[in-house]
Amino acid sequence: MKEEEQNNILDEVTQSDYKYGFVTDIEMETAAKGLNEDIIRYISMKKNEPEFLLEYRLRAYRKWLTMKEPDWAHLKIPPIDYQDIIYYAAPKEKKELSSLDEVDPELLETFNKLGISLEEQKRLSGVAVDAVFDSVSVKTTFSETLEKQGIIFCSFSEAVQNHPELVKKYMGSVVPYGDNYFAALNSAVFSDGSFCYIPKGVKCPVELSTYFRINTAGTGQFERTLLIADEGSYVSYMEGCTAPQRDENQLHAAVVEIVALKDAEVKYSTVQNWYPGDKDGKGGIYNFVTKRGMCKGSHSKISWTQVETGSAITWKYPGCILLGDNSVGEFYSVAVTNNHQQADTGSKMIHIGKNTKSTIISKGISAGFSNNSYRGLVKISKRAENSRNYSQCDSLLLGDKCGAHTFPYINTANSSSIVEHEATTSKISEDQLFYCQQRGIDTENAIGLIVNGYAKEVLKQLPMEFAVEAQKLLSVSLEGSVG
Amino acid sequence: MLKIKDLQVSINGKTILRGLNLEVNKGEVHAIMGPNGTGKSTLANVIAGKPGYHIDKGEIIYKGKNILEMPPEVRAQEGIFLGFQYPVEIPGVSMTNFMRTAINEHRKYKGLDPMSAGEFLKLMKEKQKLVEIQAKLTNRSVNEGFSGGEKKKNEIFQMAMLEPNLAILDETDSGLDIDALKIVANGVNKLRTKENATIVITHYQRLLDYIVPDFVHVLFDGKIVKSGGKELALVLEEKGYEWIKDESSK
Ligand SMILES: Nc1ncnc2c1ncn2[C@@H]1O[C@H](COP(=O)(O)OP(=O)(O)OP(=O)(O)O)[C@@H](O)[C@H]1O
Ligand SMILES: [Mg+2]
Repeated sequence: MKEEEQNNILDEVTQSDYKYGFVTDIEMETAAKGLNEDIIRYISMKKNEPEFLLEYRLRAYRKWLTMKEPDWAHLKIPPIDYQDIIYYAAPKEKKELSSLDEVDPELLETFNKLGISLEEQKRLSGVAVDAVFDSVSVKTTFSETLEKQGIIFCSFSEAVQNHPELVKKYMGSVVPYGDNYFAALNSAVFSDGSFCYIPKGVKCPVELSTYFRINTAGTGQFERTLLIADEGSYVSYMEGCTAPQRDENQLHAAVVEIVALKDAEVKYSTVQNWYPGDKDGKGGIYNFVTKRGMCKGSHSKISWTQVETGSAITWKYPGCILLGDNSVGEFYSVAVTNNHQQADTGSKMIHIGKNTKSTIISKGISAGFSNNSYRGLVKISKRAENSRNYSQCDSLLLGDKCGAHTFPYINTANSSSIVEHEATTSKISEDQLFYCQQRGIDTENAIGLIVNGYAKEVLKQLPMEFAVEAQKLLSVSLEGSVG
Repeated sequence: MLKIKDLQVSINGKTILRGLNLEVNKGEVHAIMGPNGTGKSTLANVIAGKPGYHIDKGEIIYKGKNILEMPPEVRAQEGIFLGFQYPVEIPGVSMTNFMRTAINEHRKYKGLDPMSAGEFLKLMKEKQKLVEIQAKLTNRSVNEGFSGGEKKKNEIFQMAMLEPNLAILDETDSGLDIDALKIVANGVNKLRTKENATIVITHYQRLLDYIVPDFVHVLFDGKIVKSGGKELALVLEEKGYEWIKDESSK
């Protein structure tokens, strides 16, 4: 982290409204409200999907009908009326675009406000961006460069059209549609998302990055991401989200699946900054996400890094199935809750292969009236001899009206494996704050500094460009939480 | 520069300072001595604006202004520096980042642009040399895992970086070996100008061999009960505080 950037970040701490709370005025084509088989057929038809996918959606839907919302999380979730949601929305007139000039100017304006102008991204930073605007991908950049290496990076819909065999082979192989209530819902109605395939032996030369954005009022967003790293390949993938300010709650139930074959490595980083609701807990996104990676081949590695500051309610447990011998799973997380936000998040590490290793570093920060829970499962199967897990779950409290909880589940079926779990809870001490103040640093800046220091272990896992954004978010999202 | 009048301070209902008077002028060095628990750190904290104290009476005039209502960071920006008796650790925050933030906040207050990375690093190097603190310490997190003596040196380093008008050093000599003591004293002396003033709180006359004070005050039972020149420290070293207690209870 450059010091200069750090300082810019701290300067921004003084701005207090949710920065990205604007709404883009673009004509949308939307389906009727509600969910039934006809709607699913409509979505599938609109997207010109092959038969197998429609079948998949319908199976998922039928399964979903038999399921119940999970109620075990430490969350208070208001009842959700699934018939009051629009399951399909796409910017009108979606034709193939060959240059940015053809993109709706309003849309470009939105990206500009977010500071993620595609042009800039393309020209300056060397980051390939698949910008998902609401449900349909608008523009994929850099795909030509990537193509030369045989890398496929496109919207999920495009992958369905152009690489149906890959989609068919891997979709649902890590997160089956019946995995949980929200995964089933997603599998039935998913709109779009990203698809990525790295061929054998290819090290992806750029950070792949996707910006998600929820835009149409009352539209649930059901992203589907599938990432396949073939033998000996490497990719670093970044996902970032901002959403416009809304009064109604918006449901988001995404599914992310990663497959790492023999000797492959995937780094998946997320900065999540969806509208958290106002100071009184009104509005905000419900973020119910299923993210899972499968270390399928031996010596493969999947690493999740997340910085979660947004959403009214977060229900999210990115994990790894360590199937291949000697495979490695990692989870680094900073979760911030302020005001009335609730988060129940953590990781699941399932050790199946021999000599598998996993690391969980979780840093929870709670302020205001919020509730922040870590929930983690470490399961070591009988076959997974000589496996190791190290978990460290720290909670930092700001103020005394918020809550922090830790729910570790450990399940070991062999004696040659070692599982270590450490947990701490701390507060920002008044002495630390005064020390900073005495050096001329005011309370808000001091909190920004201290919190970023506390989360450093996780932040340093992020790619540079993301780390900056993340630091900023940490400070901004804790504004007004003390004093 | 600093004028404290009839200051009475309590914490959690317990009165600590009971009508304290003190005047410090530009260019002067004052030493404050006194038995444990008589309120020396309390005085330092109150001048710096630490929250939690209740000012029952009196005023603190600094550069002609009553600063009791001034937030602590503004007092710092106005040039008050406190070298802490027990410096706190801030895990994960690098000294570089911490000092850079502090310096730029000071600059902002003065209406100056932030310092460039290059300029800042140059300043760091220069001041490291001045106070003979090793660069490896300033590359670490703020005070984290520093030894007692290293923490104290780090306070002087920060003072050198911020160039305060009024420095209050609360037992900066405690826990220092003789070489470190000389280094710290040396640092303080180098930073001394006609324009700034220093208050050193100490238990040991030996520090005053290196930082020669213009005045020595004895703080006892929340009040300054005796003031004198640097000879007073020698008398205290020899006789302890008993005779003052007797004198002041007369
Ligand atoms: N939060 C508090 N609540 C109650 N009493 C306190 C509190 N903080 C300090 N005191 C008391 O105030 C008195 C003065 O403390 P102070 O730290 O100012 O002493 P000192 O002169 O600096 O002592 P030393 O030489 O040991 O550093 C002590 O009796 C101390 O116990
Ligand atoms: Mg003291």
